[in-house]
Amino acid sequence: MQKLGEFKLPNFFNYPPYFTLQPVRETREKQIQLWKELIIDFCRTQKIFVIALEVDFPLFSNAAIERSLSHEAREAFLSALVSDGRAEWMDKGHRKCLVLWHRIQDWADLIVNFVKENGLEDSVMTVEEIRSGVESRGTELHGIDRTVLMRALKVLEHKGKLAIFKGTSADDEGVKFSV
Amino acid sequence: MAGNWLPAAQLTGSGRPVLQPGEVECSLLSSVDLFSEETPSFPNLKAGVVILTTHRLIWVQESTTSPTAIFIPLSAVTHIFSLKRSIKSMFASPRFRFQASLGEKGTKGVVVITLILRGKSDIESFVEKFWEAWRKKAWEDGKKSGQEASGSGLGSGHGSGVDGGLAVRMPVVGVAGILRKEQEIWENTDKSLQEAFQDLNALMNKAKEMVTLAERMRAKLLSGSTSQATGTNDEENGTKEEMQELLLSVGIVSPVTKESAGALYHQQLSRQLADFAKIPLERAGGMINLIDIYCLFNRARGTELISPDDLLRACSLWEKFDVPVMLRTFDSGVMVIQSKSHSDFEVFTRIRSMVTTPDALRAGVTASDAAMTLGIAPAMAKEHLLAAEGKGLLCRDVSPDGFRFFVNLLQEVDADDIFLVKDYGIYQTWVKVISDAR
Repeated sequence: MQKLGEFKLPNFFNYPPYFTLQPVRETREKQIQLWKELIIDFCRTQKIFVIALEVDFPLFSNAAIERSLSHEAREAFLSALVSDGRAEWMDKGHRKCLVLWHRIQDWADLIVNFVKENGLEDSVMTVEEIRSGVESRGTELHGIDRTVLMRALKVLEHKGKLAIFKGTSADDEGVKFSV
Repeated sequence: MAGNWLPAAQLTGSGRPVLQPGEVECSLLSSVDLFSEETPSFPNLKAGVVILTTHRLIWVQESTTSPTAIFIPLSAVTHIFSLKRSIKSMFASPRFRFQASLGEKGTKGVVVITLILRGKSDIESFVEKFWEAWRKKAWEDGKKSGQEASGSGLGSGHGSGVDGGLAVRMPVVGVAGILRKEQEIWENTDKSLQEAFQDLNALMNKAKEMVTLAERMRAKLLSGSTSQATGTNDEENGTKEEMQELLLSVGIVSPVTKESAGALYHQQLSRQLADFAKIPLERAGGMINLIDIYCLFNRARGTELISPDDLLRACSLWEKFDVPVMLRTFDSGVMVIQSKSHSDFEVFTRIRSMVTTPDALRAGVTASDAAMTLGIAPAMAKEHLLAAEGKGLLCRDVSPDGFRFFVNLLQEVDADDIFLVKDYGIYQTWVKVISDAR
């Protein structure tokens, strides 16, 4: 079976029509569904948060059968993810897409669990520590996109579970948990 | 309908009269009443189409769902009354009368029949044509040539000797003899010249002989191919078949023309086309390009060609009649003639078996591949493929290599587990073919 780095590709990745946006409604719906699953699966395992449409994305072309997705097709598939709430456009021109294999709320729950498991209920951490610190190593939070993380933290702040405070520069924002 | 006064005329599936051998249509009139003023028991026929042929006067009732028809053989007509001119006739619908002895050999007696033309028709030209057809006695020609044909079929090679045997030959002696011989040659030449250029009627008669000849050849070929199919070699059979087809495709004996049909032109043309299209449609598998039928139809009509516009109008009239064919326009704008019994299902079955062969699974099919497999024109094949795609049977692949179609595997994949390949079905077959090819 074909692989993309560590990622195992499904069989239909070698099916040429998979790379042509199908005009027939029913067929296209199924095609979009399969692409959504594949994109989410790939991004989760590869920890990819942002897909830029104008930059080569490994999933969007298959050298083995010499096929690649058109810009229109890429946008269609990502738009489908956006309308499912599993992705967000980062700009109005739809050039960059933020993929949320966990919804923001789910990320927030993950943070709460992480805090509880590590006994950090009343401690202070920097945002950068959550993303790449020793404590988060081996969890899903490790290597999380900063934008996603900040939005999850904001959700928790609203609920009064933590307080975000600014440091001297943008890099060292801190978090005071109060779970 | 007509009691036992008048015999029923046979009609084709689309409501056109079935003509006898050698019979040609002369004129058509719509909304005509046919009755007898003096014989009350004679049927009173209202608002039908009257078709005058060289052999018969046919009256067709078209308003009912299944058209019915009766006819009066022109041979039964004993007198045609000339048109009355009076002040009264200026205002009433034009009418004219003729006398005919009806029934088997005139057993019903002589009846004066009146035709009333309710539509806007030129009665004078109709009566003129009626007169002409009656006077020509074309039905007798038909019988005669029929006898001739059967006669010469039995004893061939004796036809030419008759004239020479009867003429008394003068001896060629002296100057007078030479002169007479010269005179004879000159007279003969003159006679044949006159014969050849006499008038168009003579030419028409010759044409009729040619048609008879062609028909006889066809009959001979048909009987030949059945009786000695085993004895002859393939090449001979091939030429025979070709010849047969050639003869079959020249042959609308009585084409509907603007001249003969007048206002009914498109309607009648439409019916004739419906009858004509049956055979080519069968051969093409139930669907045929409009352009192809245009060529075939005009070829069969010989010199009475129709314009593409007339064809289109004739086709679009089919909706109104109960005919076994229909005009179909594909999404792409391609127009085809399709028999109503033709089903897309059958075509889809063939397409499905075509795209599930190992080669097609791997590389897909193009419209020209499909055209070759299905034995139809590439444009038609593409329409079929697009229709199959619309039904979810196929998926398209557009790439720099071209436009190809694959069997639809997307529907076979389980969206909840995209890595799952079931142990059965076309997806599994495809996976196997792909991994074998590597």
